[in-house]
Amino acid sequence: MADPMKIRAVVRNGVADVRVLMAHEMETGQRKDSSGKLVPAWYISEVSAALNGKQVLKAHWGPAISKNPYLQFKVKGAKAGDKITVSWVDNKGEKRTDEATAS
Amino acid sequence: MNRNRRTSLQVAGSAGLYGALLAIGLLRPGQASAQSLEQAFKTTGIAETLKALGAGGAPESKDIVINAPDIAENGAVVPVGIRSALANTQMMALLVEKNPSALAGAYDILEGAEADVNMRIKMGQTSDVFAVVKADGKFYVAKKEIKVTLGGCGG
Repeated sequence: MADPMKIRAVVRNGVADVRVLMAHEMETGQRKDSSGKLVPAWYISEVSAALNGKQVLKAHWGPAISKNPYLQFKVKGAKAGDKITVSWVDNKGEKRTDEATAS
Repeated sequence: MNRNRRTSLQVAGSAGLYGALLAIGLLRPGQASAQSLEQAFKTTGIAETLKALGAGGAPESKDIVINAPDIAENGAVVPVGIRSALANTQMMALLVEKNPSALAGAYDILEGAEADVNMRIKMGQTSDVFAVVKADGKFYVAKKEIKVTLGGCGG
């Protein structure tokens, strides 16, 4: 199981500024290991975010996203105490969902 | 045999089939967009990727801001943000011209989210990055050059 995400959500003037740091290798599939074999691609392909259970953002990623991906987005109509849920799926089908409370 | 002509005929054919499937309700538009995105992730070069996204020939717009450094010291971690001031922004995507596959990420902006996302990407070398925004059903692009002093792919 992958490590948990770090999610910070700060509300200012009704807009939640959400910052997410995920722990993932994000292997491009272009790199070779020491024996010269290609390291197979392994990356997060989909991220979705929800505010109080209602989906607000869906990201489709390729291997060009950096290792341990960082994502920042803004959600309108949020207030302190709202629940922000972020989940990802990688190209091997591994999943992770984490939740944070906006402050 | 003219290869280009052949592929374009095939593309035209599948587009027709897709239209027919859509018409009889076999495909939901959401599924279709995920499929075309999958295709778009496999393309190289800006023109081809734009075409795969359905954004071929999209005009440039000053309402799209790419927030990124002019010079990135480390190509493995380049912070890039896209902000769109266009009304009804539905989708935003980031393309890096000289990466092995140009499309880095695409974002569906659903109701409640602002058209403002930041991410960190890998860049193999100095390149133009393009932001593609779909607003009100139309596509717009913006571009910015980012100089990379240390590549982020392979090594």
